[in-house]
Amino acid sequence: MEKVEDQNPQQEEDQVVNPWEVSAKDGGKIDYDKLIDKFGCQRLDQSFVDRVQRLTSRPPHVFLRRGVFFAHRDFNDILDAYERGQKFYLYTGRGPSSEALHLGHLIPFMFTKYLQDAFKVPLVIQLTDDEKCMWKNLSVEESQRLARENAKDIIACGFDISKTFIFSDFDYVGGAFYKNMVKVAKCVTYNKVVGIFGFTGEDHIGKVSFPPVQAVPSFPSSFPHLFSGKDDLRCLIPCAIDQDPYFRMTRDVAPRIGYHKPALIESLFFPALQGETGKMSASDPNSAIYVTDSAKDIKYKVNKHAFTGGQETIEKHRQYGANLEVDIPIKYLNFFLEDDAELEHIKKAYGAGRMLTGEVKKRLIEVLTEIVERHRRARAAVSDEMVDAFMAVRPLPNMFD
Amino acid sequence: MVYSKDQLLARLKELQIDFSQYEHPVVLTVEAQAKYVGNVGGALSKNLFLKDKKHRYYVVSALADTKVDMKVLSQRLGLGKGGLRMAPEEALGEILKVPLGCVTPFALVNESASHVSLLLDKGFKTQECCIFHPLSNDMSISLNAFGLDKFLKSIGRDPTYIDLEANPPVGKDQPPDRASLVPSGSTVLPDLPEKTPSQDSSGNHPSAGNNSTAVTAKADKPSNAVQNVKEKSVNGVRPLIPSTDAGKFVEELLDRTSTLLLSEISEDSIKRHGGQLGAEVANNIKKCLREDLKNLATIFKNTAYTEGFYAGTHYQPKRL
Repeated sequence: MEKVEDQNPQQEEDQVVNPWEVSAKDGGKIDYDKLIDKFGCQRLDQSFVDRVQRLTSRPPHVFLRRGVFFAHRDFNDILDAYERGQKFYLYTGRGPSSEALHLGHLIPFMFTKYLQDAFKVPLVIQLTDDEKCMWKNLSVEESQRLARENAKDIIACGFDISKTFIFSDFDYVGGAFYKNMVKVAKCVTYNKVVGIFGFTGEDHIGKVSFPPVQAVPSFPSSFPHLFSGKDDLRCLIPCAIDQDPYFRMTRDVAPRIGYHKPALIESLFFPALQGETGKMSASDPNSAIYVTDSAKDIKYKVNKHAFTGGQETIEKHRQYGANLEVDIPIKYLNFFLEDDAELEHIKKAYGAGRMLTGEVKKRLIEVLTEIVERHRRARAAVSDEMVDAFMAVRPLPNMFD
Repeated sequence: MVYSKDQLLARLKELQIDFSQYEHPVVLTVEAQAKYVGNVGGALSKNLFLKDKKHRYYVVSALADTKVDMKVLSQRLGLGKGGLRMAPEEALGEILKVPLGCVTPFALVNESASHVSLLLDKGFKTQECCIFHPLSNDMSISLNAFGLDKFLKSIGRDPTYIDLEANPPVGKDQPPDRASLVPSGSTVLPDLPEKTPSQDSSGNHPSAGNNSTAVTAKADKPSNAVQNVKEKSVNGVRPLIPSTDAGKFVEELLDRTSTLLLSEISEDSIKRHGGQLGAEVANNIKKCLREDLKNLATIFKNTAYTEGFYAGTHYQPKRL
């Protein structure tokens, strides 16, 4: 589910958002309203958040409260069905292109875990090792190895093994899954897929035939060992909004082959440490906080590399306050600081100049360190046998309990 | 003087090391070797001859199935992420005195290889026998790790077996765990019990003394203090050990709860809440610990399930 290297020629000088490229207009910020308009998905407003709280009898996840997951397609249908007693299943995934995961990578998984707990539904997680093998030119063995390594970090996010099936494409494609792939493939012309993904005559045929692999986990019949007899089961896909064009294709095909359209719930992009305009890149370790970073690393990165909206001098800062629009520590706290009241207080005080950048950074360092520590310890508890168990094709009798 | 295959075999016999030998056509790859000796009951090895940016050389000898990640290895040796490369073909002949496709731990018998570091897969120890080339690729010998050790010790080498698939984090607080395996500036001359056959008088030591520190970049602490990477937690709670011991699990839960409880009860809070302190603290504990404890419980559940799964997949049906 990762960005593809190929470029679609830009038709406007507007922002560009698609599965392989994300860039704002004129090096500014992404305009999410425009994006929702252009893609045709819906805003997730407060009424949804309240409804989720009512249906699940627990406080909504911080990402919902703060508008991190802010757009959707057919989420109301999912909730309507849920209210009528009809469950659904979750589908998310990762393209295992590198061993080092950073916090941005974890966001969809953290949210998915919450959804699994809150709604008590099963989850399938796809590791697109074949995609990375093709796009990043890794060897088959290397991409499989990375898939397993990434699986450990994913498991460390706290998924329930009795309700979760993790699979790698190289292991699982075949049988019913492949039958659905062919059904989907028959419904998408070459021209269409070139339009969506920008393939050229130079691209190898592996790339061109890959998209169905990511589409079919949205259909329950792809997993006969889990959902046999449940062809009516709906699917909800939590993902970042750059994946939307991709699932538009899937939703277009679904009714033509007799399946429900998968619903989507989409998140903002996680900004790089250097600011919204910067890009998180695996080659620049200072652009993100990695799950393998030590407390010292986190402290160093936030202090030295986080882009802030604070003023140049303390006097100026006390007078004008900080620019919260561009301040990265505030944005990160928005993602990760659980306490709404505390965040409000910090925003007010910092925006008014009463709180200094150093204090905000300090709080952020605490929050991030706790998250990374917790993740590392959970990761240490994941053995190879546990990965095997999560990835085994086995029934999950209690998946809706 | 370069060791020949026959001299090596003679040496092994002298040292009373048990081995079997198999002749076959010249092979250049493990796959090709497998065609001839894949079924003799020994584990095939893959052998890499690597070099780092400071012209130090390494032989990495592993079971054919072990996955060796050069980037990880490079980091564990303290060479940074891209520090290790395959050594050039010329080096094979110059330093190891073996032909292409013939990298083997036995090549270290040659004087020219005295500064080459040897990394052995700990997986060899669990095999009955392992297969290597004895300095030429038209033969393979199969011997026990114990025998290999004996040989290595006889040429003054301390056999070091490591978990090649391990990937411990390397960073400011965790120095590279295998930095001690990087060849140091001073060449360690093998302590040869019997005199080796007359050596080249030049005693070929290519680029051995480039620098005196064995560790580069990342490690804060001296390389000799090869530290085990320990999990440390921010608030002093014991590191999590994967276990399905109900007792330990409950202790962990109680520890966290009582730590929080103690921090909630102070002179101050007693004054503030008086009789209501109980309800107040109970609420806070629930609020603060709920997610944490759920996560611990999920880990416990997943670990127990995994144990059951493993047992289930290895269960032997009743004999009827």
